[in-house]
Amino acid sequence: MNYIASDLKVVGTRPVRPDGVEKVTGRAQFGADMRMAGMLWGKVLRSPHAHAKIVSIDASKAEKLPGVKAVVTSKDFPHIANEEAFVGEGPMNFRDLSRNCLAWDKALYEGHAIAAVAASTQAIADAAVELIDVKYEVLPYVIDVEDAMKDGAPILHDDLFTGGVEPKPTKPSNIAKVLTFKKGDAEAGFKDADVVVEGRYTTQPVHQAYIEPHACLCSYNADGQVTVYSSSQGHFMVRAYCAKLLGIEISDIRAVPLEIGGGFGGKTLVYLEPVAIALSKKAGRPVKMQMTREEVFRASGPTSGAVIEMKFGAKKDGTIVAARQVLKYQAGGFPGSPVGPGCMCGLAMYDIPNVEVIGYDVVSNRPKVAAYRAPGAPISSFAVESAMDELARKLNMDPIALREQNGARNGTKTHYGPTHQNIGFLATLEAAKNHPHYKSPLKPGQGRGIACGFWFNIGGETSAGCHVAEDGSVTATSGNPDIGGSRAAIGMMVAEVLGLPAEQVRTMIPDTSSIGFSFLTGGSRTTFSIGMAVTQAAERVVEDLKQRAAQIWEIPADAVEWRDGKAYPAGSNAGAFEPLDLAALALKAGRTGGPIGAEVSLNAQGAGPGFGAHICDVEVDKETGAVKILRYTAVQDVGKAIHPSYVEGQIQGGAAQGIGWALNEEYIYDAKGKMDNAGFLDYRVPVASDVPMIEAVLVEVPNPRHPFGARGVGEVPIVPPMAAIANAIRSATGLRMPDLPMSPPKLRAALDAAPKTSPG
Amino acid sequence: MSKHHVSAVINGEPTEFLCETQQTLLDVLRDEIGLTGSKEGCASGDCGACSVIVDGRLICSCLMLGCEADGTSITTIEGIAQGDHLHPVQQKFLEHAALQCGFCTPGLIVASKALLDENPNPTEEEARYWLAGNLCRCTGYDKVIRAVMDAAAVMRGEKAA
Amino acid sequence: MPKVIISGSACQRFTNGRTELEVEATNFRRLVLELEERFPGLGKQVEEGMAVAIDGEIFQDAYSARFGPDSEVVLIPKIGGG
Repeated sequence: MNYIASDLKVVGTRPVRPDGVEKVTGRAQFGADMRMAGMLWGKVLRSPHAHAKIVSIDASKAEKLPGVKAVVTSKDFPHIANEEAFVGEGPMNFRDLSRNCLAWDKALYEGHAIAAVAASTQAIADAAVELIDVKYEVLPYVIDVEDAMKDGAPILHDDLFTGGVEPKPTKPSNIAKVLTFKKGDAEAGFKDADVVVEGRYTTQPVHQAYIEPHACLCSYNADGQVTVYSSSQGHFMVRAYCAKLLGIEISDIRAVPLEIGGGFGGKTLVYLEPVAIALSKKAGRPVKMQMTREEVFRASGPTSGAVIEMKFGAKKDGTIVAARQVLKYQAGGFPGSPVGPGCMCGLAMYDIPNVEVIGYDVVSNRPKVAAYRAPGAPISSFAVESAMDELARKLNMDPIALREQNGARNGTKTHYGPTHQNIGFLATLEAAKNHPHYKSPLKPGQGRGIACGFWFNIGGETSAGCHVAEDGSVTATSGNPDIGGSRAAIGMMVAEVLGLPAEQVRTMIPDTSSIGFSFLTGGSRTTFSIGMAVTQAAERVVEDLKQRAAQIWEIPADAVEWRDGKAYPAGSNAGAFEPLDLAALALKAGRTGGPIGAEVSLNAQGAGPGFGAHICDVEVDKETGAVKILRYTAVQDVGKAIHPSYVEGQIQGGAAQGIGWALNEEYIYDAKGKMDNAGFLDYRVPVASDVPMIEAVLVEVPNPRHPFGARGVGEVPIVPPMAAIANAIRSATGLRMPDLPMSPPKLRAALDAAPKTSPG
Repeated sequence: MSKHHVSAVINGEPTEFLCETQQTLLDVLRDEIGLTGSKEGCASGDCGACSVIVDGRLICSCLMLGCEADGTSITTIEGIAQGDHLHPVQQKFLEHAALQCGFCTPGLIVASKALLDENPNPTEEEARYWLAGNLCRCTGYDKVIRAVMDAAAVMRGEKAA
Repeated sequence: MPKVIISGSACQRFTNGRTELEVEATNFRRLVLELEERFPGLGKQVEEGMAVAIDGEIFQDAYSARFGPDSEVVLIPKIGGG
């Protein structure tokens, strides 16, 4: 059933989230908060070298240290053939994942896990790893993406040959694959252009920087059954990946989702869990492991650093006739950068007849990249939206007008193939253009920039349930860990269908043994997919409740209607019965057929894409090079905001991460390929005094595939900020900053080098 | 090596514990006493997730040794509410949706309480600078600041809770 | 007969560079089987690594996703998320 045109009583309001009190009182249990009797403490030994052969590992001294109960290396994991496997979570190269959890023959980045220890205290475990004697043959390393692509660069994998190139190469390379997307004839298009704009842009690797480090507690029982307590973006993913990596049956593992302290894509895979399970098996006791902040930076997947070459060709009247984009993305130690989505997303919002996009996935001696909020798109859009700004200047056009003229609408064919349907890009631009921010005056020295963004959003396999307890109270269940407050929206959708106030629905997230499979929490899919499943479950419950009332009243089920949490006879002919509420019906559940509840498992399709347009005002301190964000407005089409506060929260949080990516965040390496700034002091994420209030403007173009019209919202907001800020700096100072981050030393250098002209 | 015997008042309760020299107050709270509400985000005093109040002063418990707590009075997140009566800061965090994942929330609430105990009428800028030591990656701080300013108004008696 | 467009270059080694194919299939399951018969290895590649966009709507996995002779059917790389 579809509620898009209905009068809604709960959806769209702002109740307090059902799990809120335990979070504000410190009672909620996160990954590191679990305890079990007899628990041991684990610690990982990590490579100090950016690239090295592992010649030998001698753990004998560590094993003898009193208190040490087990030591594991990759030899304790089954060796996996080089095949992508599908364990319900989509393609994942488990050979690479296994080698990432514990190295086989090579250390591929500083921080790469080599061995692990379980001991009776954390202090003993920490001391024990120092006693493991590893002999390395240090190899030359390469980090920068273009350096890694050059002939003669140190090769990370002897068995990696560039894919997507014909004929198939015979020499190993660091280029894992090349992708091309073509529409029309870009060369001809450029010849036809009146105005051409070109630019080369670079970005540095940045980390998702969730405040909670990875942590887990794993217990391997003597009968081979395993319990994993961890925080993750998908406990079914944790179960499946651990099963595959360790050669255990999936049903022998029960993964319990603890609260998660931020993920943003970085917790959509496993690092510690398989190692902790292996240690627990060897030691015969539960093992707790957590990463230090340093380990999080050195050894868990940040996103790619990249080089992007951008070229636009347009007619004098502002029609863009050609675009060319070359993207080179770092994948880290194993292939798999998000260059694919990067190739598709940057230009997805424009209607351009001739397009050529080429992407390179390149390995280098850095931690294996993990997904980071709209993976690949922010990097691509930084280049596209900066170049669009230059194009608007050259054409003497308003930047929003340029985008409106070339903007995708329903029926626009993208450069990567599909035709857009039911999209809200123009509505987003319209809202941005008409927002008071866009029209407000700027003082001298201040500048304004705008930029847009796009992300696909996904659906996927999902399970959710709705159950009525013996006293009529209602619980909704979701197979997806709650990383941002989704319990609130889920409960609200159930409440709406049942006709109850939001406070009367509790939302829980059962473990993997207690609810059907659900794909992970990411891809902006949770409110969309769980919403679809839980709405269907609630609808089944309503049909069942009507059936129960019909039995009690001895009338046909189709003579019962459900309204505001009660069963009513439908019309006076049905009979003069007093309405029955949930409590009354639940009381008779046993007599009318048994417990009342439903669980729905489905594969949600039709997730609508999202578009954003951000407006940013900045001021640059000419002495220090510091950029101050004066005002920030983020417009986004959200389909339907189930709980507007959490939708605003996603937009504000994504924008803040983009601000950090734009201005300060980067991995800084020393001369030996080791990360110099592996801590929050020098890896500078935005703090409360760095940002103003971020106004989130919700444009609601409903997605007809979702019962309430919702679209995914979480990822789009991180896509526009970097270019919005770069364009604002250009407006304030006349300087185009093509290299991220636009940190004070870079601004100072650019200010020093600039000819003394006035900004425009 | 023998452990230190420490006596402190924690959330109003006289408490005794044993700890090793190198254990921080955060380690002790979480691993010896079982108060896991204070979180480890960095163990280097940069993120504020471990914020507690010691003898009236807001500190990062990861930067203080457990044995230094002897004779002190400590308030952790677990001591902010009075029974089932939430502190205005906690209440406003919920109303304003000032938390998403909730991991930084204990530290932010303790720090916000310390702010309002010292300065009951902060400007937005004062609040932002006071809370600059508490990192949040989810919210962009917007609703956090709104919640703190709103709680301050309630505590000044300018509006109903 | 429906026309299928294969986006990107990942499949070109199976089809000898062709990116547009006429097929008899009218749902995704049949499409995968037909592609595998005509270009060994392609069906597996499509099923495991690609999503199908039918008239602009992206389906990540559904065998039963249907299309007609006039539908726009595009195979694009599978999308994840963060």
